[in-house]
Amino acid sequence: MTRLAICKQAIATNTKFFTKRSFSSSGLEANSSKYYDIVIAGGGMIGCSLACTLGANQKLSNKRILLLESSKNKQYIPSEKYSNRVVSINPGNKKLLDNIGAWKHIESNKYATVKRLQVMDAISDTSITFGEETSSKDISYIVENDLLIHAVKTEMEQAKNVEVQYNQRIKSYNLPKESGEMAKICLEDGSEYTCDLLVGCDGQNSQVRKAMGVNYLNWKYDNVGIVATLKFNEEIDNCIAWQRLLPTGPIALLPLTSNMSSLVWSTTIAHSQQLMKLSDEQFVQAVNEGLWKVYERYGIVDQLVKSFDSFLRAANIPADVCRRYPPKIQSLEEGSRASFPLGFGHATNYISKGVALVGDAAHRVHPLAGQGVNLGFGDVQCLNKVLGEAHYVGCSLGNVFCLKDYESERQKYNVKMMIAVEGLYRLYRTDSTPVVIVRSLGLQATDVLFPIKNMIIEEAST
Amino acid sequence: MAGNLLKGFVRTQNFKCMVKIRLYSSGTSTIDDKEVVHFKKFVSYWWDEFGEFKPLHSMNKIRIPWIRDCILANNEMKDASLPLKGYSVLDVGCGGGILSEPLSRIGADVTGLDANEDLIKAAKAHAELTKANVNYVASSVEDHARENFEKYDAVVSSEVIEHVTQKEEFVKACVECLKPNGSIFFTTISKTKYASFLAIYLGENVIKGIPKGTHHYEKFITPHELQRILEKNNCRTDVVHGTIYNFLTNTWSWWFNSDFTYVLKATKLDKQNC
Ligand SMILES: Cc1cc2nc3c(=O)[nH]c(=O)nc-3n(C[C@H](O)[C@H](O)[C@H](O)COP(=O)(O)OP(=O)(O)OC[C@H]3O[C@@H](n4cnc5c(N)ncnc54)[C@H](O)[C@@H]3O)c2cc1C
Repeated sequence: MTRLAICKQAIATNTKFFTKRSFSSSGLEANSSKYYDIVIAGGGMIGCSLACTLGANQKLSNKRILLLESSKNKQYIPSEKYSNRVVSINPGNKKLLDNIGAWKHIESNKYATVKRLQVMDAISDTSITFGEETSSKDISYIVENDLLIHAVKTEMEQAKNVEVQYNQRIKSYNLPKESGEMAKICLEDGSEYTCDLLVGCDGQNSQVRKAMGVNYLNWKYDNVGIVATLKFNEEIDNCIAWQRLLPTGPIALLPLTSNMSSLVWSTTIAHSQQLMKLSDEQFVQAVNEGLWKVYERYGIVDQLVKSFDSFLRAANIPADVCRRYPPKIQSLEEGSRASFPLGFGHATNYISKGVALVGDAAHRVHPLAGQGVNLGFGDVQCLNKVLGEAHYVGCSLGNVFCLKDYESERQKYNVKMMIAVEGLYRLYRTDSTPVVIVRSLGLQATDVLFPIKNMIIEEAST
Repeated sequence: MAGNLLKGFVRTQNFKCMVKIRLYSSGTSTIDDKEVVHFKKFVSYWWDEFGEFKPLHSMNKIRIPWIRDCILANNEMKDASLPLKGYSVLDVGCGGGILSEPLSRIGADVTGLDANEDLIKAAKAHAELTKANVNYVASSVEDHARENFEKYDAVVSSEVIEHVTQKEEFVKACVECLKPNGSIFFTTISKTKYASFLAIYLGENVIKGIPKGTHHYEKFITPHELQRILEKNNCRTDVVHGTIYNFLTNTWSWWFNSDFTYVLKATKLDKQNC
């Protein structure tokens, strides 16, 4: 009885302010801001791919998506020349590009297939190879960044529910705190948007991440990445990606055509400054040296490697079945040399109410394993699946419950991969004898233990 | 009259939050910004996914797919983004709209019904924020049935019947709103000692995940009893399935028996069939 009485009184008190209309205007967003279900901030490789993938998702076909990119809408002009910015795409992510219809535009232009990856330790002369040149299984595909964006954009323009705005710099974000609130995006030109879900694809310096206020574990490497397009003096069957682990950092060649490869060389800051100052001829010489130079060996390491090798042979598992050597570089594509600072970064949270981080905005790795954009594509596939499912069960897209599935699935994978890459990086930056022994025996053993290798390949290509 | 009794049913949870709101707003005579803040608090109280109603939020992960797939069982889905497009659903005892909004988002034409006017106002305000398209009505199901006889393709009453005293009248009114061959869905707590232990002892007293006084053992109902009432109202029970709530992970799962909580789906038979 008393309960009911209190309750009635409470209702009476409440009705008063419930009937008041003033709350609706202050509680709601101003009418001047335009609403989209999803706003994607940043139209790099990952932002464009996400927009395209979500646009192709049948379960999300009633959702309106807006992509905001600060740079202008660059047109891709097909040419024989290769840009110095290329990425290596895993088979699993090629499948994604195929599913959204973008791969055919890459196929009709240019790309290279990597059938074999050979990683060599410069100090101990051991090596590990993945894949076979004659195998039907591909290791990865080398695609120009610009072509990839062009291919994805071409498909994105077909999607009825995706809108793109170029030359739009985002000034600030107002993120939701309580249920029912929307993320608000303010552009530099003064326009405003609200959305159910804001996705930050705005790269390593992500402003969305900063607005979320999440912890961001990060450091700079004392390493700089140098890229360039290199030419050989002969035509070869160019399907091997080479990586040589120098004490100063890894040097890698990714196949482009029968007489061109792309260089990704990470080295110390001082060394990179020297390299950038060299003439083209001197630079080519330095690259060849990096690929071929014989380093001072440690007797004990050599001895151990040799005896381990004979042990493997005795056990009928011969190491280095058919070892290849990298091609000799003749010249450099004019103006293709450029350098980039390298760093590590990982956001402890990829999501919060109404927001998610994807791609480099959430994580940044050393390019030594060519995983950067692949991790981002993995995020795209996962978020697409999670959002489709979330909507199919009636969840609002910004709902943390649903977004949590994205975060846990991706963090589980990304962290594992990032630790592996970081471990490799640290392992090969040292030349202390015990570490060299361990790593050379490690390399040699992995090279012959097919099951482990296949596992690594499977892992990298899913 | 039973109708009046039903009209008076206020869910215990609602009662609790009324009291909270009252504490905030006492002594204010003019309507000012402060009250707007209080009002927003009231809405967010219901809609806080990690707050007191979190079991109702997390339950959506299993109850929405179940309702959706039951409705779609013998029908072709035309639009994957709006699977329930073209179906009218009545959500009886909708509260703040935790179930109504998601159902509307997957395309259903939802009417959210609650006897408590304040909750309907809160639900409406939230729907306005989230742009959800739900028709909220403050009324008892009895009154609603009078004007909306055999109007809905489906009727849902989730986590409500365990708070209702006059269960026979309640079910009867729900069935009246349903079209012949339409589906009626219930989710509730079973009347067993296990359920009582889990929901009242563990939930309200030990883990304190549920506000104290939310549930009363006498009001719980077994699947058999509910089935019997439905039969009386010309409904054939198609499915009874047990569920269980994990307080620690805040997740619901299907369970092999109906000793704790369960879902029940029945079909209203054509007059000719009975
Ligand atoms: C030397 C080097 C070599 C690499 N090699 C490889 C490789 O072989 N394989 C591989 O997988 N990865 C590689 N990577 C990594 C790869 O390039 C990145 O992971 C990838 O570019 C990340 O894509 P993204 O779309 O997440 O971010 P970004 O490419 O950084 O795109 C972010 C976009 O957001 C836009 N933006 C930012 N702020 C705003 C704003 N306020 N308003 C509007 N728009 C905004 C930017 O204009 C940009 O277009 C390499 C990286 C380096 C540095």
